Amino acid sequence: MTLAKNLARGEHLIWLTGSALGICLLMILGLLTVILANGLGIFWPSRIEELTLVDGSVVAGERVQRQAIPDPGHPDHLKKHRRQLKTGNRDIYGIDFRWVNESEIARSEEPKGLYLVERSEYGPLIGEPVKVSEGPQEVATGPAAAERLPDLVARAERDRAAIKAIEKDAIGSVNYTLERIRLERRKLDYRQRQDPRRDVSAARSALDRREEEQKARYADLEEKLRTAMESAARTSVTFRTVDGKEKELRALDLYRAYPANALSWPGRAAVYASRLWSFLTDQPREANTEGGIFPAIFGTVMMVFLMSLAVVPLGVLAALYLREYARQGVLVRAVRIAVNNLAGVPSIVFGVFGLGFFVYFVGGAIDRIFFPEALPTPTYGTGGILWASMTLALLTVPVVIVAAEEALAAVPRSMREASLAMGATKFQTILRVVLPAAAPGILTGLILAMARAAGEVAPLMLTGVVKLAPELPLDGFFPFFHLDRKFMHLGFHIYDVGFQSPNVEAAKPMVYTTTVFLLLIVVLMNVTAIMVRNHLREKYKTSAF
Amino acid sequence: MLMADHEMKTTAPDTGLRIKTEVKAPGNAAEDTGIEIVCQAVNLAYGDNHVLHDITMDMQKGRVTALIGPSGCGKSTLLRCLNRMNDLIDDVRVWGEIRVSGLDINAPTTDVIEVRRRVGMVFQKSNPFPKSIYENVIYGLRIAGISDRATLDAACERSLRGAALWDEVKDRLDASGLGLSGGQMQRLCIARAIAVEPEIILMDEPCSALDPIATLKIEELIYQLKEKYTIVIVTHNLQQAARVSDKTAFFWLGRLVEFGPTAQMFTAPKDKLTEDYITGRFG
Repeated sequence: MTLAKNLARGEHLIWLTGSALGICLLMILGLLTVILANGLGIFWPSRIEELTLVDGSVVAGERVQRQAIPDPGHPDHLKKHRRQLKTGNRDIYGIDFRWVNESEIARSEEPKGLYLVERSEYGPLIGEPVKVSEGPQEVATGPAAAERLPDLVARAERDRAAIKAIEKDAIGSVNYTLERIRLERRKLDYRQRQDPRRDVSAARSALDRREEEQKARYADLEEKLRTAMESAARTSVTFRTVDGKEKELRALDLYRAYPANALSWPGRAAVYASRLWSFLTDQPREANTEGGIFPAIFGTVMMVFLMSLAVVPLGVLAALYLREYARQGVLVRAVRIAVNNLAGVPSIVFGVFGLGFFVYFVGGAIDRIFFPEALPTPTYGTGGILWASMTLALLTVPVVIVAAEEALAAVPRSMREASLAMGATKFQTILRVVLPAAAPGILTGLILAMARAAGEVAPLMLTGVVKLAPELPLDGFFPFFHLDRKFMHLGFHIYDVGFQSPNVEAAKPMVYTTTVFLLLIVVLMNVTAIMVRNHLREKYKTSAF
Repeated sequence: MLMADHEMKTTAPDTGLRIKTEVKAPGNAAEDTGIEIVCQAVNLAYGDNHVLHDITMDMQKGRVTALIGPSGCGKSTLLRCLNRMNDLIDDVRVWGEIRVSGLDINAPTTDVIEVRRRVGMVFQKSNPFPKSIYENVIYGLRIAGISDRATLDAACERSLRGAALWDEVKDRLDASGLGLSGGQMQRLCIARAIAVEPEIILMDEPCSALDPIATLKIEELIYQLKEKYTIVIVTHNLQQAARVSDKTAFFWLGRLVEFGPTAQMFTAPKDKLTEDYITGRFG
């Protein structure tokens, strides 16, 4: 068969299309593999190597990587190797990682007595527990001290929970009430300035009484907190590093301790599971390089949820007008093109717009009208989860409009006619026939919008995301939803941990892991929406003919 | 609703599949039952395209009027004028007078919703909503704001019986209307139309997508329905026009060529064009 004939049959096109798809799939798979391998591996407790070097010094740490030493021009080029060890003990050595040339290693061991200790400061500690003390008194030494470690960690967790309960919940509520009293007093001042004849002394003395009450409670709680802290801080553990330095740790600071070389497989799996769980449920620690990402997960989900609440009505109403009510002509076509182009505007532009319009203009107006007593401290006139969600809603509304318009156009004319011929008004027809039939298509638009919104970072940085938000936008204090609060977001967390962290090398695995969970959340939200859509499709599937 | 069955036996013609044209004696068709619909010099244009020219005809109460003619002759357009469905099309102009039971339906003061309540319509393609059979039937009542369950149930049963569908679906009223067969769906649409108790039912080629047996059922149904409703039917099937209608109107190029009792139209047409059309010389 000749080449021309082959070309005409389009064989080459099949190969071309097939390889294009193949390349896309390979790249996606490669990306996923890299993220998953790097992201999910870090929780696995690896073994600790103790290396005695030829100069007599001893180093211990988890092996991070081994690479050939480049030495161009030399016969040894890429023939010798070196290892990177995560030595921990940043408070003692000042560094977390250390390179060791293999030619300098005299002896390599994996001693069973070495523990890896996660603690509240300075990253992990690697060493051997030598003694446990209660105040000035030693209660256990040597192997007995090691045996007591699990109990101490469990107790530290309970103590921290108790202290947190006092600090955050009790004292937090007192602080919250005090802040409200302060604002109410400012409100009174403000009212009195507006109307000097007004008598506010009764209100003022009531406020004073309440403040006294709260202050008394505060003193009480502070005392309680101090006792709790003292009793918890009495116990301490001393560890000895491989090079003989001793470090005393408050038991309260212990987060996790395990003998890295003595663990069995199930033991390792248990450590893995517990690390994964605390990553998902804990607050970040140490400039986000340790601890968990729970506030970021929560912020991301809540922001996407708020955005969906805003974007669906807005997009669907706009699409309804464009498709059902507007007279189809040049103007509507122009609007449609403009909407499509809006989807291509860089997201940072939306961020700037959100900052100018939502934060300064709308938020500023809300502050002037509803919270004048708090000014000049802004309430809504600063970035917050509400404004970030609104900005993203604006960013994704073109997607929803386009999808909703297509869905509306796909509702068969015969169905509308049937409804209108029954004496339904246009409004009734839209509400009872057109919208239900278009709902699956509208949901497709929402799915696309959510996927886009969950991954956006740039506009959020201007409208309310922060690297560490101490309080969630949803909590037990009235009015429960604090839409003015700043929040954490997984996408921004990736950027912050990966590129803004003081300890980039230590934070690197966190970047991958956070990415895994961002992807997972997007997939989860999409799967939920797809399931709802399929359910609706089943319910409203149109006639076969 | 036993009466409907009884009536079917006594008044419906001998059924059985009739393929050949059979002109049924119109019986009391000549008897004057009063005029329901008056069309007086009705014209319609889509933009510059003048589609209907001076149509003047009366349709009698309780009778079946068939509109026949080649494709594009304006018969469906006229039908859609009768409940103002042409309003949905941009750029359409109607002039002349259409009165339905004395109501000038194109008058500015006339409520189009009211017109459509009185004049029900069944379409060429059956178009049940993607809802349950029950919800399909009572759609008209729901949009009229009726929510009393007993009223809705009664209307549903009455309409489904009236559309000769009750026995086939009474056990699955909650099933989707789209799960029915083609003929059943068309009868469901008829049930939906009669649920709001209109005075007139317009049928736009109701059988063109159906097989002969389903067609026969619809024709029998039309026969029963004219007891209570005035029916205007557009059809391409001349035999069908002959079987079901009392009077027939023949349209050609937007003009009403001939209008008269069906028996006379099919046996002794006055116009040469009508004769050519019904004998199959063109169309």
